[in-house]
Amino acid sequence: MKLDLILRVGTKLILPFLLIFAFYVHFHGDYGPGGGFQAGVIIAASFILYAIIFGLDAAKRVAPQAIVERLVPLGVLIYASAGLPAMIFGEGRYLDYGVYGHEFTHAHEWGILLVESGVITTVASTMLAIFYAFADRGTR
Amino acid sequence: MSGLQEHLPILQILVPLFGAILTAFTRRGITAWAIAAIASGIAPFISAGLLIRVLETGQPISYVMGSWAAPWGIEYRVDVLNAYVLLIISLIGLISIPYARKSVATEIDSHKQPWFYTMYLLCLAGLLGIVITGDAFNAFVFLEISSLATYTLIALGRNRRALLSAYQYLIMGTIGATFYIIGVGLLYVVTGTLNFADLATKLGPAMATHNKPILAAMAFMTVGISLKLALFPLHVWLPNAYAYAPSFATAFLAGTATKAAIYLLARIYFSVFAVVVPLKELPVSEVIIALSLAAMFLASITAIFEQNAKRMLAYSSVAQIGYITLGLALANKMGVAGGLVHMFNHAIMKTALFFALGAMAYRTGLGQMSSLAGIGRKMPITTAAFVVAGLGLIGVPGTAGFISKWYLAIGAINHGWTWLVFMIVLSSLLAVIYIGRFVEIAYFREPAPEIANAHEPPASMLAPLVILAAATIYLGFDTRLTGGTAQSIANYLLGGAP
Repeated sequence: MKLDLILRVGTKLILPFLLIFAFYVHFHGDYGPGGGFQAGVIIAASFILYAIIFGLDAAKRVAPQAIVERLVPLGVLIYASAGLPAMIFGEGRYLDYGVYGHEFTHAHEWGILLVESGVITTVASTMLAIFYAFADRGTR
Repeated sequence: MSGLQEHLPILQILVPLFGAILTAFTRRGITAWAIAAIASGIAPFISAGLLIRVLETGQPISYVMGSWAAPWGIEYRVDVLNAYVLLIISLIGLISIPYARKSVATEIDSHKQPWFYTMYLLCLAGLLGIVITGDAFNAFVFLEISSLATYTLIALGRNRRALLSAYQYLIMGTIGATFYIIGVGLLYVVTGTLNFADLATKLGPAMATHNKPILAAMAFMTVGISLKLALFPLHVWLPNAYAYAPSFATAFLAGTATKAAIYLLARIYFSVFAVVVPLKELPVSEVIIALSLAAMFLASITAIFEQNAKRMLAYSSVAQIGYITLGLALANKMGVAGGLVHMFNHAIMKTALFFALGAMAYRTGLGQMSSLAGIGRKMPITTAAFVVAGLGLIGVPGTAGFISKWYLAIGAINHGWTWLVFMIVLSSLLAVIYIGRFVEIAYFREPAPEIANAHEPPASMLAPLVILAAATIYLGFDTRLTGGTAQSIANYLLGGAP
């Protein structure tokens, strides 16, 4: 599809909006429908679209496989670590988001946002890693 | 330090969980192993700390996740029963980790080794999680974490049949987990709570109006968990899974995975259903005793005719699980204590036996019984450790297995079923045959040319094996840790009942 001008230009036009929409869904998640999971899928979809139109090698230059595979545990690390400050600095228990602010709902909003950023990292990178694993089959 | 003490229940899970995350970043097997070793090394000290504290105070330790109060939030609730099972699982993790290095290095491709240790630590975290949580749904989540990690561990076996075995286990395990969650869902509909302790108080009043869904929930949960713990007719996934998994994974899983499921069964029966459902009017105990007896005999007979050494031990595991469920189903103090003692002893002995087979496979690459002829002359310490653990499995006086069977026999007599004692002894004789068959092959046959170059495994593999074999003997004399604790658990679970 490398020669198809309409698809290539169309993809380039659509990609920034896809990513912005993903972050909209992400930051909307703590007080409405949406969140890290859906946003992660949208981000991964934009990379997969790029790989389909411009080829797997081009996609791997943008998002190298080794980094993608390291992002999978990084997201879990962010999620799991979000619970630690309450144990270390505060009087709270694990996953108590009360330490992130002075007021209960505000602190919890920050806590959830932190957890969601872990989720978005893992979901996006896992989707992409699975796509790479399948797309690679038979090429090597 | 008091702060650390307070957070012990969550640290039990966080240590292996963070270990799993960190190993996923590494690229070399040795780094991943070092992280796994640190995490597995810390875990038993936390379990021991929890057990000591629970035994001292006699009060359950409660830890509420995110400071959300108990029935609404997720609560970790450690009492004597789960502190004891936590100790079994984390001790097996500790003892297996030195063994893992060499065994995994030869059996797993080098680029997959870090992921292997990630899966091992996730499995450990999941199993500990099933045991420590006081929330029925959280237990399901941990059940899935440990199961998914287990499927991966099994699928990484060298034999291609490992993939099929893992898939078979995946199907069976998923059905089991689904049945469990259907049961949890029914209980939630009736009571509106997921907390085990809260369920026990709310089920009583609910029983008057909604006894059908509660009984259905009990049936679903029993069948679901029985699938996971491989109770006799639901055991078909186990022999293949154990036979084709990597040696280290088999030894670790044989000691831990079924124990966590048995714990869950004991928890829902003794802490939830026994409080509210008139179990005496239902033939639950009789059905489980019948199935346990079937496991003890039929699985042992299958083991006698099995040609593959790992499959032989796997069938023996099904039989030994029968003893544990038999003890729990007797539901009197000595019976329950016997089942619990056997959980500990079986974990020690079966891990030792699989370690010995893994060491033989490490040196010879062979797994068929007949091909290991004369191995006793080439690998004397390994084979001797196998024999000691095997004697324990049979229940020879002076070994750990004798203690469990002694408790079980007294439990059977207290139940008024003296014939059950004969069944226990008779089924032990079957263990004499299948262990004896291996001993005959290993010691009294001329070594085959294929094993001419075999010699003792490296010290890192031999030491855990010898320690476990020594523990089999030691626990046959000093029963304070196993028998003493198990009796106080039985007292705690059964309340004032004789």
